Amino acid sequence: MDSISSQTQASLPLLRIEPSNRWPSIDFRELWEYRELLYFLTWRDIKIRYKQTVLGAAWAIIQPVFMMIVFSLFFGKLAKVPSDGIPYPVFAFCALLPWQLFASAVSDSSNSLVGNQGLITKVYFPRLVIPVSAVLSGLLDFFVAFVVLVGLIFWYGIIPGWGIIAVPAFILLAMGTALAVGLWLSALSVQYRDVRYVIGFLVQFWLFVTPVAYPSSIIPEQWRAVYALNPMVGVVEGFRWALLGKSSALGSMVWVSVGVVLITLFGGLYYFRRMEQQFADIV
Amino acid sequence: MADVVIRAEGLSKRYSLGQRERYRLLRDVISEAAARPLARLRNSRSGLNGDGSAHRQSHEWIWALDDVSFEIKQGEISGIIGRNGAGKSTLLKILSRITKPTKGYIELEGRVGSLLEVGTGFHPELSGRENIYLNAAILGMRKLEVARKFDEIVSFAEIEKFIDTPVKRYSSGMYVRLAFAVAAHLETEILVVDEVLAVGDAQFQKKCLSKLRQVGTEGRTILFVSHNMAAVRGICETGFELSEGRIVSSGEINDVIDRYLSQVITRKFMEVETPSFVINDVSINPLGAEVIKTFESVEIKVVLTAKKDVGDPGMYVGILTSDNARIAGIDFKDFAHVPPIRAGERFELGFLIDELPLLGGTYQLEIHVKDLSHHKIERVGNLFQFEVVETSVYGGRKLDAWFGSVGLKATAIQKLPSVSPNLDEVSTTLR
Repeated sequence: MDSISSQTQASLPLLRIEPSNRWPSIDFRELWEYRELLYFLTWRDIKIRYKQTVLGAAWAIIQPVFMMIVFSLFFGKLAKVPSDGIPYPVFAFCALLPWQLFASAVSDSSNSLVGNQGLITKVYFPRLVIPVSAVLSGLLDFFVAFVVLVGLIFWYGIIPGWGIIAVPAFILLAMGTALAVGLWLSALSVQYRDVRYVIGFLVQFWLFVTPVAYPSSIIPEQWRAVYALNPMVGVVEGFRWALLGKSSALGSMVWVSVGVVLITLFGGLYYFRRMEQQFADIV
Repeated sequence: MADVVIRAEGLSKRYSLGQRERYRLLRDVISEAAARPLARLRNSRSGLNGDGSAHRQSHEWIWALDDVSFEIKQGEISGIIGRNGAGKSTLLKILSRITKPTKGYIELEGRVGSLLEVGTGFHPELSGRENIYLNAAILGMRKLEVARKFDEIVSFAEIEKFIDTPVKRYSSGMYVRLAFAVAAHLETEILVVDEVLAVGDAQFQKKCLSKLRQVGTEGRTILFVSHNMAAVRGICETGFELSEGRIVSSGEINDVIDRYLSQVITRKFMEVETPSFVINDVSINPLGAEVIKTFESVEIKVVLTAKKDVGDPGMYVGILTSDNARIAGIDFKDFAHVPPIRAGERFELGFLIDELPLLGGTYQLEIHVKDLSHHKIERVGNLFQFEVVETSVYGGRKLDAWFGSVGLKATAIQKLPSVSPNLDEVSTTLR
């Protein structure tokens, strides 16, 4: 068989289809070749998101704004939750944006493989494209709402410092977290449809252990390292630090978050690649 | 240029029974895990089958492909035929990298485009234009490539006016045309095509077939699966037949198809019963040929056993189209009288038909058995399928469903206009 691969004339690629490999690698070159598909799938998700809705993209603003109002009223005004000296509405809104980006990316990417069964069973492409595009398509909503956040920041007369240049890094961290979770859950959901029910619960639960409605300064010092094992702690506090200039106990918490994300992300990639070979058979 | 571009060696694919197309709930896993020790306990107590029947049940395998090896040369258009469940789809899925083989391998030289379904990934909310780009990207086409061919695709699909309408407003015909048009413009060196021609109206099907044929002339390699034998014959040069996951014949496509069709006729017969008879066998066989062709003579034979004494046995045989329209009927009593038969006796009735006028296609035999002494007519519950092979009845081309079910013994006549003297005058004056 070796003689064949050596005598390939012209530049025709030789492809060998073999039984599954127990230790799959990630073929980044192939992923790069399929970048246009990634673009089109993301574009499709964005395009159809607000089809046949009256308010259209306004939904991207309505949701976090209403959450902010409810949070400000109940947590800020009535429960008197501290907000590190930042006006509560902007304190909450600044956390709600990365949170919503994360929450929708997690649920979209986790459901993405089952939702795209039709593609998986009929066409070949690196399956990673599907959850990645689901994560990316949430970005547009984020940027629309971001405009509102910028307005709100100026309304309260807050001048962001140099930290603002770190915003993209925190967006990346939020998406990385979502992708890490999405990879695990989407691959699991191909075999176990229970995952669908887990996602809603998981996201709700996660909101409570993330400092969206409260600052992480209310967490006792000795527990902060454990608390920061939730990567969204680093994301949310990072956002507040970058945009509002104030944040409680950032520093080391961010690095813990980054570490956790990297580990789950690579674990997820590996698990996904390993399961990928059977997706079409069991989905 | 006769290089081998597709080479499969010992290709096998195993599915566990019940695994195929089925997902599991965590609940099932837990209940299975809970049931396992119980089952083991039960087995050890019974002590009969030590390996455990419950254990074996959860590991029952089915080999959808079993040691399949073949080679296809560059530019060859090859057909894969076989009954449902023979492994054709599994083979195509492995070829298009959707699923992995359990054993063996395939080597492919060149990019592979696969068309297992038309309109994969079409989104109803998107316009025709948007879907062209989306679908093309899914099939592996570059954006630039699509942009270059865009007009060609649209005009092939004949949907110029509706290109910016969401495809959910399309008629099913338009939808299929657009989907096929995109796929037909795929420019990979190897093209794998499944039953996609089963859709669309007859005219568009014809267009698709000629497009495929044209693709074949461009030196690209095509693997084509279809149940439409006329289409396979029309497109392919070579091919092979799969049966129960193995290749049972291969070679020149017409030979492979003829062999396949002759098998369809003589496949396993299951005895059926009526109140007075057991039908042991029903067969329709061409005389002196392997397959039934239009205007060939055939013999219809029915082997019966009487369950009780029958005073005046009789039989009627009807020929129906595949959608149960009656084409012809023939009754034994119009030909001959059958003497009484006693209970338990076995006998045979049949007809010799000269020049069966049926065109290519699938037909069915309907059988009534009778005891005329008691005025009893018993319809046999099953219909018996048989296949007539497409032939060039009237000359060159092979006839399809467009020409109906029945062939005519016809001669062409023509009366051409004779040259009129007036016209002659005109032409001379002009000159």
